[in-house]
Formats: sequence, C-alpha cells, structure tokens
Amino acid sequence: MALTGVEIFKLLPKTNCKKCGFPTCLAFAMKLAQRQASLDACPDVSEEAKKILGEASAPPIRPITFGTGDKAVKMGEETVLFRHEKKFVNPTVFALEIKDTEADDVIEAKINDVVTSEINRVGQLLRVDSICITNESGDAGKFAALAEKVAQKAPDVPVIVATESPEAAEAAIKPFSGKNAILYGVTDANADKMVEIAKANKAIVGAKADGLEALSALTEKIKSTGVEDIVMDSGARKASELLEHNTYIRRAALKKSFKPLGYPVINFVQRDDSMFEALIAGLGVTKYASIVVLSSAEKWKNLALFTLRQNIYTDPQVPMQVEQKIYKIGEPTPDSPLIITTNFSLTYFIVSGEVENAKVPAYLAVMDCEGLSVLTAWAAGKFTGSKIANFIKESGIENEINHRELIIPGYVAILSGAIEEKLEGWKVTVGPREANALPAFLRSRAA
Amino acid sequence: MAFVAPKETFAGKVFPVTIGTENEQTFGGENTLPFHAFEGEVPNRPLIAYEIQDVPPEDWPETVRKVYDAVGDDPVKWAKFCQDELKAKAIALRLIGTHPDNKDLSADDAAKTVSDVLGAVNVPLIILGSNHVEKDSEVLVKVAEVAKGKNCVIGKAQEANYKTIAAAAMANGHKLIAMSELDINLSKQLNILITQMGFEKERLITDPMCSALGYGLEYTYSVMERIRLAALAQNDPVMQPPMMADVGMYVWKIKETQASEETLPEWGGLEERAIMWEAMTASSLMLSGAEFLVMRHPKAVELVERFVDELMG
Repeated sequence: MALTGVEIFKLLPKTNCKKCGFPTCLAFAMKLAQRQASLDACPDVSEEAKKILGEASAPPIRPITFGTGDKAVKMGEETVLFRHEKKFVNPTVFALEIKDTEADDVIEAKINDVVTSEINRVGQLLRVDSICITNESGDAGKFAALAEKVAQKAPDVPVIVATESPEAAEAAIKPFSGKNAILYGVTDANADKMVEIAKANKAIVGAKADGLEALSALTEKIKSTGVEDIVMDSGARKASELLEHNTYIRRAALKKSFKPLGYPVINFVQRDDSMFEALIAGLGVTKYASIVVLSSAEKWKNLALFTLRQNIYTDPQVPMQVEQKIYKIGEPTPDSPLIITTNFSLTYFIVSGEVENAKVPAYLAVMDCEGLSVLTAWAAGKFTGSKIANFIKESGIENEINHRELIIPGYVAILSGAIEEKLEGWKVTVGPREANALPAFLRSRAA
Repeated sequence: MAFVAPKETFAGKVFPVTIGTENEQTFGGENTLPFHAFEGEVPNRPLIAYEIQDVPPEDWPETVRKVYDAVGDDPVKWAKFCQDELKAKAIALRLIGTHPDNKDLSADDAAKTVSDVLGAVNVPLIILGSNHVEKDSEVLVKVAEVAKGKNCVIGKAQEANYKTIAAAAMANGHKLIAMSELDINLSKQLNILITQMGFEKERLITDPMCSALGYGLEYTYSVMERIRLAALAQNDPVMQPPMMADVGMYVWKIKETQASEETLPEWGGLEERAIMWEAMTASSLMLSGAEFLVMRHPKAVELVERFVDELMG
C-alpha cells in the first residue's frame, strides 16, 4: 500500500534542513506521497527508512522488459482494474508456441508467421510479439536444436523457453543468453536449479504453480534468491479459472498491495479450434494477462486479436484520432462527392461506415481537430471556415476531382458562408446532421 | 505472506428478465461482475437471439447472407429455419423494411409479418424497429398490439420516441429496450424518463449502443462496465436492468467482414475473419456486461455459446 504523507514524514529526519529543495520535511513527505519527488534528494535519511519507503513506492505490479532491442516489449505497471478509470499501460504480449515435436516445415512456417505478422492499423504497427518454444519431447538435444533454429530465423524476437527440466533449460537457453528471455517452467520442485540457470543467462523467471496460494509461496521463494523479474502462471487453463485467477491477482496486487502476486501474468490459451482459441485469448487481453500464448497465428486471427488489444489499451481520456487525409470510400471517380468531417475516431468510424452503407463511392475529407467530434471542434474553434478552406486547398483534392462542391455536416450549417468566402469557386452543400441519414442523402443525390 | 482471495461482494443486483411464453428464456439476475461466479451468484446465461428481417437480407455481406439463401425471402421460413435447424433460443425480427429509405412498408405490413412469425415459432420473439424515430413510434405501437400477451421484447425506445413505444409495450405486456448513444448519463436519464411513465424498471433492457471490434468497441465496453458498476457497487436501481448488445448489425457492415483476401492479403481469409469479428465483438461485450445479444452468423453464435460454457462451467 502506498504510504500517506504523514506516514512518510515519520520516517524522515525532521530537521527541516531544506537540502532537498523543500521548505520542510513535511512538505517533502507530501511530495513523496504524490510521487513528485525522489527520496534521493534527502542526504540524511536512514537506511531503514530507505528500505521501507523503497518498498512502498515500488509500483504494485512490477515493470519488466521482455527481450532486447527494437522488438523488446514492456509488461506490468498496471494501476487499475477498469479501463475507464485510467489507461491500461502495457498491452498484452502475444506469443506463438512452437513445440520441439513439430515437423520441420511446421516449425519453419510458424517462425515465418511471427516474423511476417506485422500490420498497420490506424497508424500503429502491430505484431505477434514473441515465440514460446516448448520442450514437448522431453529431449534436451531436440529442444536445443529448436532454440538454435528460432534464434537464427527470428533473431530479434523475444523468446519464452518452456520446460521443467533444468537439463533441457540449460541446453536451450544459451542462444538467448543476455537477451531478457523468459525461462518458464520454474516450479517449487525445480526452483533451485532453474533459478540458477535463469540468473546465469539473465532471463526472466517464469513461475508455474497450481493455484494462487502455491503461486504466492513460489514467487516469495524465488524472490528470496535475489530474483526480481518474474512472470506468473497460476495453472489456470479453463476460461472460468483464467477470469478468476487473473482478477484475484490484479486485485490482490493493486488493492491489497500483496507483493507476492505483484508481477505480470502469463496465460496459456491453446485450444484445438483456432477461432475458439482466439476468444479465450480475447479474455486474456480484456482481463489482465500480460502474455497470452497461442498455438497458431493465422492472419485473420491476428487482425482480430491486434484490434481488440488496441481497443482495450487505448487511453480513455485521450480521444482516439485518425490521420488527417482524404479517405477514399469505395472507388471514387473525379465526379464523386466530397464530404468533410473531423478526426475523432468514433466520428470517422461512424461517418465512413454510413458512407460505405450508402454504396455511393465518395471522398471523405477527415480534418485534424485534435480528436474532437464535429460540434465540439466547432465550439472550440478548431473546425472553422478558414481552417477548413486551408485544409481543402492543401490536401490536393482539387487535382483529383472535377467539381468544386463540399458537403459539410448539418450541425455546422452556419459555416457554409465562411467556407465559400475563403474557398474561391467552391459551393458548400449542407449535409445531414446525423451520419445515419447519409445513405439516403447520398443516394438521392446520385439518383 | 499468505494469500487470501480478495473477494468483492455487492449490495446491488441486476434484474432478471424473462421473455416468451412457451419456451421462456431468462437473462440477468446476477449480483456480481460478469461471470464472477467465484464470488457471487450468476444464475443465468447471457441470451443470444438470431436476427431475421421482414425483407430479404440483400445488404448483408455474402459470408452471412449465403447461410440464409434458401429462407431469406420469407420471414416465416427464416424464423422456422433459425428455430428448427439452428436451434435458436430466441429470434429477433428487425422490421428494417419499414424504414422510409428502405421499402417504406406500412405499420399494417409489419403487423402481418409479426403475426405470421409468431404463429410459426414458439421461441421468444424480439421485435425491433428500423431505428427511424418517427416511423418506429408508428410501427412498434401497432406490432406491440398484434403480439399482445406473447411477452415479447419491443425496441428500441429512444429519447425522441420513448413515450408512445413504452406505452404500447406496457399496455400489451412486453419488455422494452431503451437505447441511448454511448453515454452512461443519457442511458440513466432515458431509463428514468421511461419509469416515470409508470413502466416498471424490472421490465426494461438497457441498450447503451453497440459498436464493432475496431470501430469504437472500447466505448461500448467501458460504458457497459460503468453501468454495471453503478448497478452493483452503487446499487442504483435505474441502472439495474440487464444490457443488450446489438452485435450483428454493427459487425456486418464494416470492411473487415466484407473485403476479400485478394484485396487485402494481410488480413487473411474472409470467411474466418468475418465470423471471428462477430464472435470476438460479442464475447468481449459479454465480459463487460451484455446479457442479451442479437447476432447473425450461426458459427459465430456457436463459438460464443461455447465460450459461455467454459466461463460458466
């Protein structure tokens, strides 16, 4: 639990020496409580106070970087249970499982699926982030060979090495030594040996236990050996258990400051049916998993999962924006209508959806209004006659269309005069107020 | 440090709503967050209704239209197909043909369709208008009379037309969907207005407005979570009706359910992608609180039912 200013004050020297830059120890304590100051600023604080304050100020869910370089991903650091309270911080990592019993061509194809998985959606690059190699065969040599192959063909991809055998772990972790890999399969029975291997190779420890009590005991045991970076598997596999365990873990860490469960969670969601597997993975994305391990990564499945992750992890306080540009809907010709709206993503989605519904090809000019909707942008002075005129002129649309007619949202009918004044030779037509009237509006014009 | 499960219990409870007469279906009734049977009571599964229309599904994308090729020309055949072949637990008849921009069918046309469908099936019927504010208040009043005593769901009542529609639902013994646009306060206000007319809140279904995966899903998701927390944690009775997600119509109009793999190879196969989109939208909204869903593709419904099995089992 975070300490209050008064609790922190009791641990300070109470000399009011001002060396920290604040007038009193109490003022400094208040800033510390708000996390707007660092304890390092106090030269006289005792070692004991440092320890207590250090533990109290650590984030309730430990931040961990998985992998190295450009493809490294961050996990943990979450602060809430519901996304409307505050942004979910580090998006769920998708890992594709490859077993050392799979045929060579299957292995090659899966590695290829991961390295070619990247797509661009609403301006963000999204991909399958990681590969999880599993020692299904029980054979250390086979496992090491798979590790070699993955390291070679997907050199920068963060890797999870999954085995409960220290011998196999030792053999397979080598190519990923020093690369912030995860050594998963550390149990109560093998912890001593496995933790040594993880330490020697600078790997994150993937703890596996049966249930939350056993998991708490296991992470404490691992931590007592000096390991800080742990990801946790509670053993949950069924949807009902995943929801229960993930919820309890998030709550225990955030609301009870229960340190033994203050680490990122890994969920294994493999199913025989890939579509069904995607739904279980979706449960992980919405309900608190930091890593979801999948058995396949088809393009249609990736698209659905990437999109869900993007939706759930957007900042609810910052309106989602789309890029300012002239979007083509259908296959517009130089005679197709030109419609303008603002770049609030929801506005864009609704308007573009209705234009698509109309089945009338059109140009949709989406203007950057800092993600505000039409009326709000107009009220804030961001959707004005002169700004619209500038945008249209600079967009280059005049070279693509034969006509000079701009359709504006009905709510800003008042702007027509101002736009016509600034946009010489253009005619402004007032469209419907609500997007759902666009299909009828466009069809009647086309008729 | 020993682990103690941080259970949370709530004072509030979602109203259970029962619809139909012969093969009744009940949804809602839980006193905990969605599927949190580990710390509360979850007495009922979410209910998924199959969507049908009064006119052929000409504007539905190929992937879902072809499922109903043989029956789409006749709402009665279509309804029976859903009940008998697809084992639908409920059917949602959307009177889209009454929209002035569609076929502008009259209230009498709609009433005949409703009465024919009611005569042909025995699962609960949900009767949805065309979402045209004026036309709906004419059409839904008429069909509510025709369906009197069948314990249907009538919808959707919006701020601009709730009075006539709520009065018709009340007079003829139906449940009512109250729809507002992605705002918890608007949703609460509409529920208050409707209950102030004497309509029992226990007979309401809240539709906070659906959005498809990738097209504003996060807004619906968070509005639903907020409404549910208001019902449970704040014990606000106006926010305690179960919630609806009108998934099919929002999903089957976006590009992801229509663009071919030839056009967009990086999006993968269309058939799987489109079905996935409907199923993923539905399953995510169930996790945020939807108990009553309207869907179109049988394979998507099957996937989501299986998802519920695993969450409740």
